[in-house]
Amino acid sequence: MGVPISQILLTTGFLLVLIGFWGILRHRNILRIIIGFSLIDTGMHIVLVATGYITGGTAPIIDEALGIKEAATRTVDPIPAALVVTAIVIGFSVTAIMLSFAIRLHATRKTLSIDALTESKW
Amino acid sequence: MRRLFILFVVAGFGVIFAGLVAGYSERQTLSALATFYLTEVPADLGAANVVTGILISFRGFDTLGEVAVLFMVAASVGVILASEPGDKPHLMSAMGGKGQGPSELVRNGAEVVLPLIFLFGIYVIMNGHLSAGGGFQGGAVVASGVMLMMLAYPTGPLHHGFLSITETLAGVFYVCIGILGMVFAGGFLDSHILPLGDFGTLVSAGAIPLISILLGIKVGAELSVIIDRFRN
Repeated sequence: MGVPISQILLTTGFLLVLIGFWGILRHRNILRIIIGFSLIDTGMHIVLVATGYITGGTAPIIDEALGIKEAATRTVDPIPAALVVTAIVIGFSVTAIMLSFAIRLHATRKTLSIDALTESKW
Repeated sequence: MRRLFILFVVAGFGVIFAGLVAGYSERQTLSALATFYLTEVPADLGAANVVTGILISFRGFDTLGEVAVLFMVAASVGVILASEPGDKPHLMSAMGGKGQGPSELVRNGAEVVLPLIFLFGIYVIMNGHLSAGGGFQGGAVVASGVMLMMLAYPTGPLHHGFLSITETLAGVFYVCIGILGMVFAGGFLDSHILPLGDFGTLVSAGAIPLISILLGIKVGAELSVIIDRFRN
């Protein structure tokens, strides 16, 4: 048996989040920062789905293999899966907005480094 | 100095996360809410895919909000990327001057793959209440096909106005179905306005397939609008 599946998934997800944090803080190139944000998003999705796992559970879709009667006993928690759809949409939105900022930055300053943005620096 | 500070922050988060992982024990039983959803969605809504049932019926209002978020993103990307007068012709001439159209490979590949991508997207949307999939997922598949189309035919037949009108109409119909639910059934976006039908068939689960299709059209059109904005 060894380590439970949800533990492995949680570790993977949190590691991705940490790599994302590192990327955001370490780099000045806006594209790398965007990649860092995407990594945090992905890691968080994995963590959310992992918290919904029930030992030995299957996907909450009723078909020949999973009757209506046993649906409540043999499946994983469907709520995190439904929430992750929201999270994916929000992550996509954040990425799209940041990419348009990157395009804007490159159009006006001819660089992708966020050091070029000095107006709002304190 | 800066590097040390970053290391400190990341290590701090690492310690917090490690504590969370170490303290987590895999769940053995479902919560009462999950059990309610797992019994009510097939029995009351007639949808085989419990996640779609939750998304479109129980959390339908939230899904409408997500679509509104996508619309807002499309609008704000348009605002941010709106070019100053005199900027656009320069861009167009720069693209045309190089003469870098899509290669043979992309164009021929698109001709073969595009119908399949669109068909798969429609399949995923239509079967959202029966198998893994649904409006969001299928819409994203359709939008990826649109992206390939834009790559293969940069001056292609895709009109921005067409996408906007499709998106708007899908949104209006979505809200109309929600209001119909208020009039004829229990509340906003209630899927009981249509008969439940036979469990597990394509036309079943009340209004869920209809809402799913509208959602798919709307998401596909919105993502296409965003991709289109980035293209210009």
